[in-house]
Amino acid sequence: MTLHTASDFAAPGPATDQPLLQVQGLTRRYGARIGCADVSFDLYPGEVLGIVGESGSGKSTLLSCLAGHQRPDLGRIAYDGRDVLAMSETDRRRLGRTDWAYVHQNPRDGLRMGVSAGGNVGERLMAVGARHYGEIRGKATDWLGRVEIASDRIDDRPSAFSGGMQQRLQIARNLVTGPRLVFMDEPTGGLDVSVQARLLDLLRGLVRDLGLSVIIVTHDLAVVRLLAHRLMVMKSGRVVEHGLTDQVLDDPQHAYTQLLVSSVLQV
Amino acid sequence: MIRIENLSKSFTLHNQGGAVIPVMAGAALNVRPGECVGLTGQSGAGKSTLMRMVYGNYLTAGGRLIVGDLDVATASPRQIIALRRHTLGYVSQFLRVVPRVPTLDVVAEPLLALGTPANQARDRAAGLLQRLNIPERLWPLSPTTFSGGEQQRVNIARGFAHGFPALLLDEPTASLDAANRGVVLTLIDEAKARGAAILGIFHDEAARARVCDRLVDVTGFTPPSPKAGEAA
Repeated sequence: MTLHTASDFAAPGPATDQPLLQVQGLTRRYGARIGCADVSFDLYPGEVLGIVGESGSGKSTLLSCLAGHQRPDLGRIAYDGRDVLAMSETDRRRLGRTDWAYVHQNPRDGLRMGVSAGGNVGERLMAVGARHYGEIRGKATDWLGRVEIASDRIDDRPSAFSGGMQQRLQIARNLVTGPRLVFMDEPTGGLDVSVQARLLDLLRGLVRDLGLSVIIVTHDLAVVRLLAHRLMVMKSGRVVEHGLTDQVLDDPQHAYTQLLVSSVLQV
Repeated sequence: MIRIENLSKSFTLHNQGGAVIPVMAGAALNVRPGECVGLTGQSGAGKSTLMRMVYGNYLTAGGRLIVGDLDVATASPRQIIALRRHTLGYVSQFLRVVPRVPTLDVVAEPLLALGTPANQARDRAAGLLQRLNIPERLWPLSPTTFSGGEQQRVNIARGFAHGFPALLLDEPTASLDAANRGVVLTLIDEAKARGAAILGIFHDEAARARVCDRLVDVTGFTPPSPKAGEAA
């Protein structure tokens, strides 16, 4: 049954009638092969958009095009009314450090493993101009607390952390600068289920309290049901279905979505 | 508050030969503020399907489905999300929550989503849990490990935390003992008294007789197809 789905959380913020991100006709080819083709959607403040599909369906290509890691061949991306693809590289990088955040599936790709936990979080702050050591450390401690990393671990390196702690540290590092848009690539992928639940709870709270907009790529339908307001289903680089998350999962219209939903093993 | 006109629904099973199964045609009903309408009809007649359509969980094939001032049949996902947050509540038979979240927070969440201050939301949640006889020692625990009846009461507390102008209730008294059943019926009476429009499924006939102002038999919405009986 569909009750407590993602639609009953998220910030009711006032200025939610303008999309934060507008994507039109986004296409990325690898030679003759299609990475993703003709993807269009709007994302509003406080909204979580899930992207699901089997491996090779183009969801990671789409995410990296959106986040500016790859350049699309065609299409338009507007962030807060600004044309992202027309921006200079410097402006785009600044956006990546301030307004945007990217949470990698493998925390090792998003952390600096040789730097302490506090340093990992503080570094992001320094990259946007913070210079006062006490303030940086105070903020880092605050964020480690929010992701439930004990303050006595602040000087430990991430290599001494468990996988779940590393993932939470990566989230703290990404969110400390107060981004408005967060890209997540399989953020709960490598974690065992008890840690996954904890992370889901954390992410729901952050979306609700901070009004974050999130685009989350995953193959886990249970995760999107609890986290995403809206869902896009991708197959062979194209969006085959798009709608309210629980509606797409409970009353799928496209043959591929029906197959995807009916293939999930029941626990 | 809830107005349904000429509503229809069919399922297309793409992976089973593309079979199209019509499950509803010509559905019509009206629920006014302060009124409770009960859906009746045999198992499989389409009561839950209709409730899911009202909630925007199932798409509609045709017709109008107005909740407040929104036509759910044609609304965008974003509009339905807002409708569910502010206007339309749903108490299902089963609890689906993020594991590990304390019961008190599960119940307070609809209020937190509306921007209610946390302490106020938790006070309201605590009051409801108390009325529904969930022992206070269970409040810090996740309801995922609770008994069926306890989970149902948590679900009900959550559904009634915010004073939704419209409410969908799917067998809210199904697995409750007499005392708790009485509490739930009182909650329904109170919701009606404050003007909520309620659409419900009640297999419990005495409960139905007590809270429902009218009954609508969904058998009348069965499409004229020999296949209809198999559906849903």
